[in-house]
Amino acid sequence: MNRRAIAGGFFLLVIVLVAISYGIDGLQTTAVLSGTVRAATLLVLGALCGMIGERSGVVNIGIEGQFLMSAFVAFTVTSMTGSLFIGVLGGIGTGLVLGWALAAMAVGLKIDQIIAGTVINIAAVGLTSFFFDRGRSLGTAKYSGIDLGPLADLPLVGTVFFSRPPLTYLALILVVVVHIALFKSVWGLRTRAVGEHPGAVDTVGVDVIKLRYLNVTIAGGIAGLGGAYLALESVGTFSRGMSGGRGFLALAVMIFGRRTPFGAYAAALFFGFTTALQSQFQLNSTFDIPPQFVGMLPFVVTIIVVALSGMFGSTRDPAALGQAYEKG
Amino acid sequence: MIRSLARSAIVPVAAVLLGLGLGAVLIIVQGNNPLEAYWALALGGIGDGDALQRTLEKATPLIFGGLAVAFAFKAGMFNIGGQGQLLVGAVFAAGVGFGIDGLPLIVHLPLALLAGALAGAVWGGIAGVLKATSGAHEVIVTIMLNFVGGNLTDWIASGPWQDDSGSNIIARTPLVEDSAAIPSWGSVPVGFLFALIVAVGCWYLLQRTTYGFEIRSVGLNPNAARYSGISTKAITMSVMAISGMLAGLGGAVESLGVDGRFEAGVNVGLGFEGITIALLARANPIAVIPAGLLVGLMQAGASKMQFEAGVAPEIIDVVQALILLFVAAPMIVRWIIRMRTDDDSDNLKLTSGWGGAG
Repeated sequence: MNRRAIAGGFFLLVIVLVAISYGIDGLQTTAVLSGTVRAATLLVLGALCGMIGERSGVVNIGIEGQFLMSAFVAFTVTSMTGSLFIGVLGGIGTGLVLGWALAAMAVGLKIDQIIAGTVINIAAVGLTSFFFDRGRSLGTAKYSGIDLGPLADLPLVGTVFFSRPPLTYLALILVVVVHIALFKSVWGLRTRAVGEHPGAVDTVGVDVIKLRYLNVTIAGGIAGLGGAYLALESVGTFSRGMSGGRGFLALAVMIFGRRTPFGAYAAALFFGFTTALQSQFQLNSTFDIPPQFVGMLPFVVTIIVVALSGMFGSTRDPAALGQAYEKG
Repeated sequence: MIRSLARSAIVPVAAVLLGLGLGAVLIIVQGNNPLEAYWALALGGIGDGDALQRTLEKATPLIFGGLAVAFAFKAGMFNIGGQGQLLVGAVFAAGVGFGIDGLPLIVHLPLALLAGALAGAVWGGIAGVLKATSGAHEVIVTIMLNFVGGNLTDWIASGPWQDDSGSNIIARTPLVEDSAAIPSWGSVPVGFLFALIVAVGCWYLLQRTTYGFEIRSVGLNPNAARYSGISTKAITMSVMAISGMLAGLGGAVESLGVDGRFEAGVNVGLGFEGITIALLARANPIAVIPAGLLVGLMQAGASKMQFEAGVAPEIIDVVQALILLFVAAPMIVRWIIRMRTDDDSDNLKLTSGWGGAG
């Protein structure tokens, strides 16, 4: 049986389970699935960021810091201007700057890529705490849902997918756009080649360094959108350390999704589901599980996923991942 | 010898100065006087006996955290999970510290330290075993274990081992027995002396034993090491366990020597400072001592700086991030201080994909 058939069968199984669950308790099912999509949006944006970097051969472990810093800037800008839109632009701009900073360290200065990402993470924690102003509030309501005409009236699916706030739609569009760009465009072909065999790409006249700079910077912008989503759409405020490890989970989502946008979205839904279950468990005391154990779930799942994908060799890293390029 | 020592200290010292310099710019932007701020910082860190004791207390877990990261670096691995290892070490040391009574100090204290060391070793060892058996990258696994460890210790301190004296609702364990508390020797905490001994022990193990030679061989070139008959899997597993053990000891010393108990959320962030310290020390166990003292001094003096110069203590985090950037990128420092060397041999190399059938 090929992979497509397995994925299709799994998809059908999920739909049947959701339908049964909706039949038993419509309200809870809707709440959990809405929570799933909400959590998945941030994760998939991080995974797209990581994917573009890794496809071009650059590991980005600084997504966590990129989320945190752009969430902070998006929040602060909205609070000062009163405009959510300008706040989103601020978040994306911050992401672009941090993406460029990562590229400058990892591609330009050839610092070890993991250390370069760690610098971004530590700097983000320090800068956001230093400039954090406890008294500041968003000053306006966070993004609210937009109903997509009659689609929004569908039972379950209508609430879960077709009456979301704007950045969620934007993230879904980005999944498709990145898929087309990576697999159907000249840029995508070059990007993937740069991640696999930069020397060969260099000999046919593509500037490896320039392409990596460009990609890691753009990818940072996507993480910046994620930060803006976190502050302005998902939560509606900023708090210290609010990214809470989700930038790291996004890397696991990316690996689990085999570095493809659609795969990453499926993986993000799966991880989002564990997060949504966690908050549902906390609200509802039918199950007497300490919240800390439910809180561990996404992280334990990640460890298992990473270990299993290694054992069964279901993913393969781009060949030039992690290596600085020296023009020969 | 002195010459080469001085040469290898140039980049870290310049990185610290550059970090403090850029931090000063931030302080000016905020409308404060950086000289006044740094003076208060220094006074708060070494101004008198109390300040000195605070610095040594702060530096102790930092030295352990730095040693943990440096030890793994030597085998070419990045233990970013010091935080989780420190937490489990702290909680289990406290558990043995308050849970058993009637033992003399000479038995109880080592037992409590051992509990912390073992807990840390298990936490780090998980990452080592997974890396050796499935190729799962230790960076991902140790980061995830940080969050698992945070949740686990939080549950322990607010559930089974919670302090139930009075009307306590804080997630913390009871105070440890006197026989498990690390004493102070004048204004020198004995935990600090222990950290010095462990640092020297790490240096000896890495530089003067066969095992240390094998670790360094794997770090320099795993393929060559494997070809020459070294079991890279055994090295991977044991180094991650030892690295976790060092971080766990840091947590244990914190619980038994400074806080007197484990309290959830008290030592958040300590684990990450180990990265800055190990890089500042260029992964040399002996150099971890002054690097840990420096960061400890900044932490000890931060509250005085806030009190006297009105500068938010978080400036310390920013300065540390800047120092990390400058030590990680010696090229920037060399370019600024115009020191010319033509090799980049002191750039650490750690990244090699996330594992899997690469």
